[in-house]
Amino acid sequence: MNKSQEWSLQSIQTEINALHHKPGALLPILHALQDRFGFIPSEAIPLIAESLQQTRAEVHGVISFYHHFRTTPPGRHVVQICRAEACQSVGARQLEAHAKARLGVDYHQTTPDREITLEAVYCLGNCACGPSIRVDDSVRGRVTPEAFDALLDELQTRPLEVMA
Amino acid sequence: MSIRVFVPRDTTALALGADAIANRLAREAAARGEPITLVRNGSRGLAWLEPLVEVETPTGRFAYGPVTSADIPALLESGMLEGSVNHSLALGPTEDIDYLARQQRLTFARIGITDPLSIDDYRAHSGFVGLEAALALEPQGIVEEVKASGLRGRGGAAFPTGIKWQTVLDTPADQKYIVCNADEGDSGTFADRLVMECDPYMLIEGMTIAGLAVKATQGYIYLRSEYPLAKEVLDEAIARAEQAGFLGENLCGSGRAFHLEVRLGAGAYICGEETSLLESLEGKRGLVRFKPPLPAIEGLFGRPTVVNNVLSLAAVPFILAEGAEAYASHGMGRSRGTLALQLAGNVQRGGLIELAFGTTLRTLMEEFGGGTLSGKPLRAVQVGGPLGAYLPEAQWDLPLDYEAFAAESAVLGHGGVVMFDESVDMAEQARFSMEFCKVESCGKCTPCRIGSTRGVEVIDRIRANHNREDNLALLHDLCETMVDGSLCAMGGMTPFPVQSALKYFPDDFQRAANGDRS
Ligand SMILES: Cc1cc2nc3c(=O)[nH]c(=O)nc-3n(C[C@H](O)[C@H](O)[C@H](O)COP(=O)(O)O)c2cc1C
Ligand code: SF4
Ligand code: FES
Ligand code: FES
Repeated sequence: MNKSQEWSLQSIQTEINALHHKPGALLPILHALQDRFGFIPSEAIPLIAESLQQTRAEVHGVISFYHHFRTTPPGRHVVQICRAEACQSVGARQLEAHAKARLGVDYHQTTPDREITLEAVYCLGNCACGPSIRVDDSVRGRVTPEAFDALLDELQTRPLEVMA
Repeated sequence: MSIRVFVPRDTTALALGADAIANRLAREAAARGEPITLVRNGSRGLAWLEPLVEVETPTGRFAYGPVTSADIPALLESGMLEGSVNHSLALGPTEDIDYLARQQRLTFARIGITDPLSIDDYRAHSGFVGLEAALALEPQGIVEEVKASGLRGRGGAAFPTGIKWQTVLDTPADQKYIVCNADEGDSGTFADRLVMECDPYMLIEGMTIAGLAVKATQGYIYLRSEYPLAKEVLDEAIARAEQAGFLGENLCGSGRAFHLEVRLGAGAYICGEETSLLESLEGKRGLVRFKPPLPAIEGLFGRPTVVNNVLSLAAVPFILAEGAEAYASHGMGRSRGTLALQLAGNVQRGGLIELAFGTTLRTLMEEFGGGTLSGKPLRAVQVGGPLGAYLPEAQWDLPLDYEAFAAESAVLGHGGVVMFDESVDMAEQARFSMEFCKVESCGKCTPCRIGSTRGVEVIDRIRANHNREDNLALLHDLCETMVDGSLCAMGGMTPFPVQSALKYFPDDFQRAANGDRS
């Protein structure tokens, strides 16, 4: 479950200040912001640029290079479907089609009720027990279309138990 | 003392419900008046048996799997806590399971046996013996040992590790770095993940030895963001190792220093390429660098840097502890030691299989794998990740050896073996290879960036039967252009799976996308 907090300029600056002294601080800062707020608000870009003495264009270029970073808020849960070969060999393509149809969205989109953001991912390291998906921070294996539907019901009725 | 029961907590076991099993076991055992001590161990790597529950008995550990939470009451009733084998999920003594007993586990010797975060467990199973040996040697002595072991990089390029270390040792600098490549982007691979989640101190020890060997005091583990559990385990292991004096300013009281930090990638396959990885660590876009200069001479922040895969570094503690010869005595030809194979995809018995180089693919897929999961005939196997060729049956008797594979335009890569049954459409797989390259290209050079986009379009036209013969010729040309003109192996090897599909499975390019013959 997405534990994102509301962002403010001040809280963004706090995250930046905690990390900007590190060598190669930009990725750690972007991760910290996305972990805390669920995405990287565009208002963060000038603050990061200022702190790291880089141009806004450079910071923007880095954010857009990496698939993981998002600049708009996600839904309450992020569901990633593995599209890579090992999962393909056990039905990932069917699962992907099923998920899109069931949720009525494509990759990088969020359901209208803002419950679920669907994303593609290329391998979750669970390749002997696919098809694999990741729901927020937990991975699920051997996900058939039926198991996917059961998972959605579970997500909609109660917050997902954090697998720790 | 209450009985110790082991429920693994690596990603695969968790993905199949291990937490629910652990909870239910504790609850039901207590209710029966048989309290247990639960240990959350790492995985044995027998993915097909996960979640694999083990019970410690006076005659060794007994295994049960694959267990579901619903099986627990019956398992307890059958006498599982005494190691009974009266249940259909009972597998007998863990070490006797054929799949495990037939392996040669050097790097993965401890995996699944210990609690990954317990330093005591680690030390009780030869942990930090290699580090102690290294601390007694001069840097050159450590490098000699690694050279003599014959270890070659396990990340894909198979470059001799000792020679790389020698270059870094010989390059003077105010600061040097050890960078662990934990980007493990290849589909079908999970051995790095197993090391990090299930035996993190082994990686820490290997990196520390590398630091001593080349006189580097700072290390980074560049970990893919798709592995949140590995991040959690590594961060905790690093903190505990610092506390215990196995990392930090004064390694084991020697006065020598090594610091370690985990850095997360951000979902870019190309950042597994070592120079792209270094750019990313520096906080930039992951654009591949021109070589030379080699990272060993001008690497992270322009300083001499060892970049090694997780498995290369994880092999080092064994080499230092047992001696180079103990490692080099396994293998064939110039491929020394053991290879961590990962059997994945459409397979009955997938998992981690560590073997000396030289076994054939067929032995691996049939005797270990037990054939396809679907039960349909096996048709193609992709070895070495998304840039590796698809191999037809005629090539399944190839020995797993770097040179033997190279001779067939195939690669062992990071050891991933992905099986496909007869329902696979190889034209669709070829399209995916191009699509993946299009999505993941760093964009620096034209053959890769534009070539992959064109590749997808051309394959779509072939599958739609638009000028099929002309487009097939175009696809061949495009592949050659990518192989010849790309800066790195992303664009340079994406054609391998495509060309192998064209060569060995030509019929699939003669039918329409819906599978009918046209
Ligand atoms: C596109 C591409 C992706 C790569 N991905 C990885 C990876 O995920 N992990 C890895 O260790 N090496 C990867 N490599 C290989 C690295 O560039 C490099 O050879 C390796 O990290 C060196 O370590 P080793 O000598 O221990 O293998 C990749 C190479 C290319 C061209
Ligand atoms: S081949 Fe592709 S990934 Fe490699 S440098 Fe060129 S554009 Fe980047
Ligand atoms: S290919 Fe899907 S988890 Fe690895
Ligand atoms: S290296 Fe850029 S086009 Fe060849």
